[in-house]
Amino acid sequence: MTPQQLVEQLRARFNGAIHNVTEFRGQTGVTVARERLVEICRFLKAECGFDMLSDLAGVDNYGQYPRFEVDYTLYSFTHRFWFRLKIKVPEDDMTVDSVTGIWRTANWHEREAFDMFGLRFRGHPNLRRILMWDGYPYHPLRKDFPLAGMEAELPDPEAGAGRAEPAPMLGGPFVAGSGARPSSQREPRQYDTLAEREEKQKLHGDTA
Amino acid sequence: MITGFDPKTEGRDVIVTRLDAAIDWARKNSLWPMPMGLACCAIELMATGASRFDIARFGAEVMRFSPRQCDLMIVAGTCVYKMAGAVRRVWDQMPEPKWCIAMGACASSGGMYRSYAVVQGVDRFLPVDVYISGCPPRPEALLDGLMAIQRRIEHEAALKSLRHDGRAPVGSGVKGPIIVCGDYAPKGGAP
Repeated sequence: MTPQQLVEQLRARFNGAIHNVTEFRGQTGVTVARERLVEICRFLKAECGFDMLSDLAGVDNYGQYPRFEVDYTLYSFTHRFWFRLKIKVPEDDMTVDSVTGIWRTANWHEREAFDMFGLRFRGHPNLRRILMWDGYPYHPLRKDFPLAGMEAELPDPEAGAGRAEPAPMLGGPFVAGSGARPSSQREPRQYDTLAEREEKQKLHGDTA
Repeated sequence: MITGFDPKTEGRDVIVTRLDAAIDWARKNSLWPMPMGLACCAIELMATGASRFDIARFGAEVMRFSPRQCDLMIVAGTCVYKMAGAVRRVWDQMPEPKWCIAMGACASSGGMYRSYAVVQGVDRFLPVDVYISGCPPRPEALLDGLMAIQRRIEHEAALKSLRHDGRAPVGSGVKGPIIVCGDYAPKGGAP
């Protein structure tokens, strides 16, 4: 079977649920209707031999509608090609059906997408945060979340580990302003105080 | 120590010293580290423990994985906020007197991780005695840091803390931190 034949099969079976077919560097991807995702995935695994879910990733297309996207990267050891499923998720309804019942590896991937983007996977057996701690109020991989982070309460205040605070960005290794000295000459923590940071921001027009 | 000493039965070699000095000497030569290996610095920590660099030469080879048997925490690696509470808990379980080494750039300052997830230096929640720069520091630099702590312990008034209300920490960063340069192998004396 070739990717083209697979797309034809999908079209024949899920008429109207296959929205957009793209091809990039020999790999085929289709955007499918969110409501029929589980159905399509089950078909792909049971009848098309897509036995491996290689990756499941959230995407934030900030400023577009629908804002979010979930990508499923599949591989078939029978047919030996990659296949990509995409679904679009609007910001006002962030629920996606879980595919943990089909590929068990989706468990942790969905937890990560939930943690980082706030996507809710309906039917997930254990939808808790996986990287950040329980009770963390933000979803850090969203485009409107600052890289430096936001102030937040740590899970265990009696442990005495303090609070999560924004990291000092200006002057750090990943922030380069025009005319800034090379990183080998910069002291990373020199702009730690808030006043200095604000002053520098005004000067360079940097957004840290 | 002196009471009941009988030179006829116990030999004739007697050393007279201050009890403070004797305790300090024992403490500094038998530091038992808590190997808080959080990232790649832990590899250098292991190298320091192995035969080539051999931390046993300084009496600190007994890496204990129970905090209750340790008196030196070596934070080796990147500490994320999710881990911070656990590190602090382990530190709190270590009995006094205790000391702390922040090994490497990440433990000292967050290192290259200017990010929402990483604690910008473990000194935000631990009293650090020695900071070692480097990414990662050479094993020699870790040994240098260990020797810096030993020098500090040597001059502590060990009994003074007993005479106090017992709550005053002995080693916990009260005298200001020591900074060890970790990006080269120090030759000979102290930096």
